[in-house]
Amino acid sequence: MSLLYGLITGILFGLIMQRSGILTYEKQIGALRLIDMTVFKVMLSAIIVGAIGIYLFKDLGVIKLSLKGTSIGAQVIGGLIFGVGWGLLGYCPGIAAGALGEGHLDALWGIIGMVFGGAVYAVIYPFMKKYIISIGSFGKISLPRTLGINHWIVIVVFSILIVVLFRLFEKKGL
Amino acid sequence: MKNKTLNPYVAGALIGILLVLSVIVAGKYLGASTTFARGASVIEKTVGVDYSKFDYFTTKKGKYGPGSLPNWQLMYVIGIALGAFIASKLSGTFKAKTVPAMWKNKFGSSSLKRGIVAFIGGAIGLVGARLAGGCPTGHGLSGLSQLAVSGFIALAFFVIGAAITARMLYRR
Repeated sequence: MSLLYGLITGILFGLIMQRSGILTYEKQIGALRLIDMTVFKVMLSAIIVGAIGIYLFKDLGVIKLSLKGTSIGAQVIGGLIFGVGWGLLGYCPGIAAGALGEGHLDALWGIIGMVFGGAVYAVIYPFMKKYIISIGSFGKISLPRTLGINHWIVIVVFSILIVVLFRLFEKKGL
Repeated sequence: MKNKTLNPYVAGALIGILLVLSVIVAGKYLGASTTFARGASVIEKTVGVDYSKFDYFTTKKGKYGPGSLPNWQLMYVIGIALGAFIASKLSGTFKAKTVPAMWKNKFGSSSLKRGIVAFIGGAIGLVGARLAGGCPTGHGLSGLSQLAVSGFIALAFFVIGAAITARMLYRR
């Protein structure tokens, strides 16, 4: 059943992304070159709706959070390394699958590269675990808990900041 | 289906709803990058490499090892490709091509050159994603929707690294 849910969720995600036109190299790199913000509009509005839904159903006791551990070393250095790869390939992992489905065959080279990258990571994992992931490791923490503020206040402030950003995008015609 | 693109804010809202439904129905937060590392372990096992000598494939009860596939996330990644294929075929926007237009304008029409850079980019990207513990879906969408500190840091540095790289590539 879990496999079927995965497939259906993926198909719907692929459909929505394809229809919003964000699966192309031009849209991805356009966002990274700060000339076309469509990708960030989709992503950030998904985050607002997602945050409201996740915390609503969490408060109702329907779902649980599944936080990833925070490590300054891992997320800063890993984040920058990922960024270099994203900039070169022009597709992030989920987008690459969708881009391939839409006919962008260069995404296939990227996907093969990703599997190779997975093998490389397995080789260097002991080093990373010892020297990088251990830097500033704080465990599974959320922003509201860390700040000691109610999560709905954080969601409202965060959403307002994103909407301000959206207005800026629209004003500048990005 | 008409060939008209969906408003980005509407598309984002739909994706947000999809995430929430996935967590409610299947108990799954969205994420994609781990599947590629798992794929590597399956290939190593298939070609006879002793994958167990790599701690990464045996850690956390083999969470990243070959025994973890097939799973929800693999089907999810396959689903994305399928969904995009179906939507692009139905809307008449499917077009097979090996070199993106923006790339071609700057670096020429060689599909080998584009393929090599795409491969290297994919490899570097996955190393970074596994080190960071997720990709823009796992850390960005799922992480920020939970207001995870890790999500804020990771997404910020994903974008910083990628924006600098894109800027350097397309420097005049």
